[in-house]
Amino acid sequence: MAGMVQTTVRSKLSLTGLNMTFGHGNEVVDVLENIDLEVREGEFICLLGPSGCGKSTLLNIVGGFLKPSSGEVVIDGEPVRGPDPRRIFVFQERGVFPWLTVEGNIGFGLFRLSRQEKARRIAHYVELVGLQGFERAYPHELSGGMKQRVEVARALAVNPDMLFLDEPFGALDSITRLEMRRELLRIWRAERKTILFVTHDIEESVQLADRVVVMSTRPARIRNIMEINIPHPRDISSRRYLDLRDSIFEQIGLAHKI
Amino acid sequence: MRAWAKALPWAFVALLILTWQMAISHQPAAILPTPWAVVLGIQELAVKGLLLKYVVASLFRVTWGYVLAAVLAIPFGLFLGWHRRGQVALNPLLQILRPISALAWIPLAILWFGVGDLASIFLIFLASFLPITVTAMNAVGSISSNHLNVGRNFGLSETQLVLKVLFPAVMPQLVVSLRIALGIAWLVVVAAEMIAATSGLGFLIVDARNAGNRYDLVVAGMVLIGLIGLLLDIMMRKLEHLSFLRWAHREE
Repeated sequence: MAGMVQTTVRSKLSLTGLNMTFGHGNEVVDVLENIDLEVREGEFICLLGPSGCGKSTLLNIVGGFLKPSSGEVVIDGEPVRGPDPRRIFVFQERGVFPWLTVEGNIGFGLFRLSRQEKARRIAHYVELVGLQGFERAYPHELSGGMKQRVEVARALAVNPDMLFLDEPFGALDSITRLEMRRELLRIWRAERKTILFVTHDIEESVQLADRVVVMSTRPARIRNIMEINIPHPRDISSRRYLDLRDSIFEQIGLAHKI
Repeated sequence: MRAWAKALPWAFVALLILTWQMAISHQPAAILPTPWAVVLGIQELAVKGLLLKYVVASLFRVTWGYVLAAVLAIPFGLFLGWHRRGQVALNPLLQILRPISALAWIPLAILWFGVGDLASIFLIFLASFLPITVTAMNAVGSISSNHLNVGRNFGLSETQLVLKVLFPAVMPQLVVSLRIALGIAWLVVVAAEMIAATSGLGFLIVDARNAGNRYDLVVAGMVLIGLIGLLLDIMMRKLEHLSFLRWAHREE
């Protein structure tokens, strides 16, 4: 149509003029200030900022668990009114139900499916996250990394079109964390979800994201949005990677020498 | 466990009985019974048919008072925990009632229900109802908000959330509170029967003393109370270790 801009990839999520304040009376804390963001379908976005800056609050608002003080969250053209099974929030492994087995957890969101379909999906996602042989295990019998995989599998099993991940690998040891990043990218490429990933780890954001949204300290504003146009798998010793990483270090005001 | 570790508790029981026997035999005017006299006392009760009658009477009252309390307190407590406003409205009242021992209600219980089964059942009900209610209420409050959010995120209705997240999450705490409440109920039935009943193990103790200082029967009653209490506790502990509750012991 004349006059209309034709976009090749449609907008999945748009945040406009988002503000968030906590508390009331004299003790008001501004957490988010004037956040505007457009996310395309299938994009991997990292929200990067220092601890306690408000990026988790932002993710909780997008997930529908919190209402913003002002501004609007629109997904697929509809304003967000609450949590929705089409968009799954992945907590750190703390969201796994300790009273359910691996199977039970992964099948948790599949209560609308027939028994056979449910079993088929569970088997598929158990395999996808590499938990074969642990189907009947309870979370207390699993390591932190395995519990994290259970959470991711449970989220993917309902076939959502968006995933919200709140520092999902923060509690893992550094080796497991690297493995989990690789697996997440593999899953993302296989399943093409739109991903919002909160982290305070600069390296992590540059390794994973299509775009890194760099946020300020509280009240969180968007400082800059960095396009990470390096194809996967990314060589983390390449010039390009190091340049992008260092420029984020500079933006945040950190020296990268210790 | 090694054999000696298993034998150790029995060794202490034997030691206690031995000390008891020695202490009695060094006392010139023996008012207190020897262990053997207590065994004979229990035998005498059995022969007279009182043993079975009194044990059944006490267990009958405990069962009714306790089961009634559990059946009402669990949904009530969960409801209060789930609906914050209900909790805010009723919590102060619960906290005032809680420190009032069920035994303080004995005069009122007799006034309302007379001396008999109903008064004891009422007292046991009171003694078990409040602790179970408060535990159920607090258990709901301690459910991880992550778990509730996961439930909401996957599109569970309020009813489904209660069935699939709330119930399993509070179950371990509920079972522990049920065990503790049964212990309290067993304590209370004895006291209630001493005053507000004409049968049962509590009545046996008072009656044996009043009817000619039969301390062998008094101690026999005490031993029976202890043994039955132990059995009840073992039963409830078995419940705590059912497979679907086992996760609670392994977390953190």
